[in-house]
Amino acid sequence: MIATPSAAGKARSTRPTRAAALGRWLGHPWSLGVIGILAVLLLWQLIAASGLVNELFLPSPKAVWMAGSDQYSSGILVRDLLASVGRVGAGFALSALVSLPIGIAMGCSRVICQLLEPLMGLIRYMPAPAFIPLLIIYFGLGEEPKILLIFIGTVFFNTLMIMDSVKFVPSELRETALTLGGHGFQIITKVVMPFIAPQVIDAYRINMASAWNLVIVAELVAANEGLGKRISMAQRFLRTDEIFVGLIVIGLIGLAIDLGFRLLMRRACSWAN
Amino acid sequence: MHLSVSAVSKTFGHGAKAKLVLDDINLDLDSGEFVALVGSSGSGKSTVMRLVAGLERPSTGSITVDGRPVKGPGSDRGMVFQKYSLYPWLSAAENVAFGMKLQGRPRRELTERTAYFLEVVGLSDAGRRLPSELSGGMQQRVAIARALAADPKVLLLDEPFGALDLQIRESMQEFLYQLWERTGLTALLITHDIEEALLLAQRVHIMASRPGRIIRTVAAQLDRTSLAHLRVSRPFLELREELAGCLRSLDAGIPA
Repeated sequence: MIATPSAAGKARSTRPTRAAALGRWLGHPWSLGVIGILAVLLLWQLIAASGLVNELFLPSPKAVWMAGSDQYSSGILVRDLLASVGRVGAGFALSALVSLPIGIAMGCSRVICQLLEPLMGLIRYMPAPAFIPLLIIYFGLGEEPKILLIFIGTVFFNTLMIMDSVKFVPSELRETALTLGGHGFQIITKVVMPFIAPQVIDAYRINMASAWNLVIVAELVAANEGLGKRISMAQRFLRTDEIFVGLIVIGLIGLAIDLGFRLLMRRACSWAN
Repeated sequence: MHLSVSAVSKTFGHGAKAKLVLDDINLDLDSGEFVALVGSSGSGKSTVMRLVAGLERPSTGSITVDGRPVKGPGSDRGMVFQKYSLYPWLSAAENVAFGMKLQGRPRRELTERTAYFLEVVGLSDAGRRLPSELSGGMQQRVAIARALAADPKVLLLDEPFGALDLQIRESMQEFLYQLWERTGLTALLITHDIEEALLLAQRVHIMASRPGRIIRTVAAQLDRTSLAHLRVSRPFLELREELAGCLRSLDAGIPA
């Protein structure tokens, strides 16, 4: 007799806890994002299945999946992926390495800033893809023009963003170091660089998106392999399913790189959060 | 140690835009002394501090430490700023060690002195914490420990408690006074707070604005056995009122 009400209470209490668990799950910062993606996938499936749109224009999710797994098993996907990632990696690494010292120098020295800022402001507004013909004339059709295109397209943005971040280093932090016996170069390595590290990582994260745009553009123009090349080949044979594969893979890699930079930021600059 | 500021003036800008911010500043500081410079904002008191620190150059006059002219910032004149005083990516202990590291001191000395000065400011347990995990008062104590650990001849305090709440301010004043008594440090304090200056310093210079100049110097020979009592004692309150009146008359434009 005594046990019954409590058992009934237990049975009743499962509902609210399940609702609470659902609430907790929805409260997770990623949940709504996942729901958004699933909703678009569902919509895509519904439209494809309804037959309202010609399959040539809108392949079904299943067809895209099949095309993707075909490309994967034949090794084409991995080869394209490595080619594109390699170009982005080389071009962007070069850009990051060059922009860091120049950006810091521009941020620290008014002379260097006044010398370079107008020049960079000018070149920055020249669309990087407009350099492709010139790069092909100079370097032919190999890897160099593609890597250099990514370099040209990102180095000025990286530099100017790093320069800006240096200007936000509180003067008190530099001056404290000076009154503690620090000198010129130490101020840069011990004060400026640690302070701007989070902004530099963020600048790289943001400009990485341009690097991905540019590698695809470069491959659309001239390449033997790469995700962009695959897309332009697919267009020639009306393989929309393969175009979709290319687009989705590019998106996923972009997302992964973005998350990678965010993780790096959280690990390396925990003080800034 | 003898710090001497003699006939110093400072002009910012050139030609028609030139603005005289400091006019004929003279002050002296000997080992173990605690001297305060009081003025309202715009009196150029922070500029005096920056000149002594070597972060700015005087337009005329000279600043010397032990007879040698100040040519730039150096570790013989440690400075504590009002804000952004700690490196946010370094723990409290790493902040204290920062100056010694810049000077390239040996590692063992570094750890010993860091522990010692953290203890001096009463923060031995907070060594591993980041500045963002410390209260404002604790942050300023770390900043003071860091300045002291670099072994300066004189400590320059630029409104070190200006950003703190009143209660914390009072306990920090108490802390700084006891630190001075215990370690015999030499300090130049910049403040807009007459009470703070009178509590801590044996000599108080009052500054007027536009151009910044010292208009009065008082020797504050007060009984400091208990700062809490001193705050409400008659001679203290009278002196405070007198100097406050002096500053008020300046603000009103009446010559003192």
